[in-house]
Amino acid sequence: MIDKRVKSVADAVADIKGGATIMIGGFGEAGSPTELIHALIDTGVKDLTVINNNTGNGEVGLAALIGAGQVKKMICSYPRSSHSKVFPELYLKGEIELEIVPQGTLAERIRAGGTGIPAFYTATTVGTPLAEGKEIRSFDGQEFVLEYGLKADFALIKCESSDRLGNLIYNKTARNFNPVMCTAADVTIVQTHKLVELGSLDSEAIVTPNIFVDRIVEVSDPVIESHLIAAGECYP
Amino acid sequence: MTGWTREQMAELAAHDIPDGSYVNLGIGIPELVAKFVPEGREFIYHTENGLLGMGPAPDPSEEDHELINAGKKMVTVVPGGSFFDHATSFTMIRGGHIDVCVLGAMQVSEQGDLANWSTGAATAIPAVGGAMDLAAGVKTIFVITQHTTKTGDAKIVKNCTYPLTGPKIVSRIFTNLAVLDVTKDGLRVLKMAPGISFEDLQAQTEADLIQ
Repeated sequence: MIDKRVKSVADAVADIKGGATIMIGGFGEAGSPTELIHALIDTGVKDLTVINNNTGNGEVGLAALIGAGQVKKMICSYPRSSHSKVFPELYLKGEIELEIVPQGTLAERIRAGGTGIPAFYTATTVGTPLAEGKEIRSFDGQEFVLEYGLKADFALIKCESSDRLGNLIYNKTARNFNPVMCTAADVTIVQTHKLVELGSLDSEAIVTPNIFVDRIVEVSDPVIESHLIAAGECYP
Repeated sequence: MTGWTREQMAELAAHDIPDGSYVNLGIGIPELVAKFVPEGREFIYHTENGLLGMGPAPDPSEEDHELINAGKKMVTVVPGGSFFDHATSFTMIRGGHIDVCVLGAMQVSEQGDLANWSTGAATAIPAVGGAMDLAAGVKTIFVITQHTTKTGDAKIVKNCTYPLTGPKIVSRIFTNLAVLDVTKDGLRVLKMAPGISFEDLQAQTEADLIQ
């Protein structure tokens, strides 16, 4: 029998080693697998390369992982927000690397990584500083820049409902980068709000087919990061 | 010289968006455009974090932290709205499916170059988000901005000194003082705020204006 369920978030991330490249789903707090990130903080592994749209908020979730000194490099589109202090401080001290990638290019690089496309051309960044040093090629008289697919050792994902096989559906705009990241990692680890009986998800409505998922852990009462931040909480 | 309010600038921009347009609104003053849809027109709003058919902010009783816009503010869904992942969302943008985008600006040049993501200063943390994808992929790009900076420096310039978001992409500029069209001959003044003369306007503008 295939059963991808694991007992705890700690078990789910136990084999992540230092130096790993990790995709973390979410756009701001929406869709952020905060409990899995906190479990990763508890392991203490270092020198991680993290791919996420942002760099976390306050001193919880991704911001706490960065603040704990476990991340050597961030690949993201927007490392600022109204509650993002941890990353800017480390970056300005030169203690963390940053690869800035336009949001659509980031999504497409992950999509390409997941679908076996090593590189592709896009119009985004042509004529801007972010295209400097990159290969430019013309198609039908318009210039495009070469971008490379992205893969990861692990993906940390949050979804709304999953069955034991790892068929996933998401909640509203908490979907964001999660489905595409599921496809681009060697090991995809999912925290689900609800674990449901096999057969209860509508096959027409499943967003991530289970082939892309390796581990499922139920987190039935996930934190809301903005509530933690408003309460002044820090992790750990 | 104050000219139009933020709301009036947004209303002017909304007036120039054709009926039936798929529209992406940037963060800040552009968000106000949604309040001023002219009567008889229907726009469908896209937000790049994965929603087509975005509605206004929710009542407090209906707030949902997993239903947000690109500025990470809570929003609602209109009837017919749909959710999708980031790759699909940027297929809409980069594949040329979004008709109109309204963006903020740090500088706009007379050629329609846009700079709105970084000052390029050594202490600035670069943060581009979806701006370059919108710049490269959306058919018509409007800019809404104050005509000058808070310290009175020109934002409508001959050439941008800040790093570009995209070259030659802006088609129309809505400021507190005027509405400007980017043409092959330069910036043409379409409208001026009440009480503003062409000479006043030119004095606040580094680029040469066409009357």
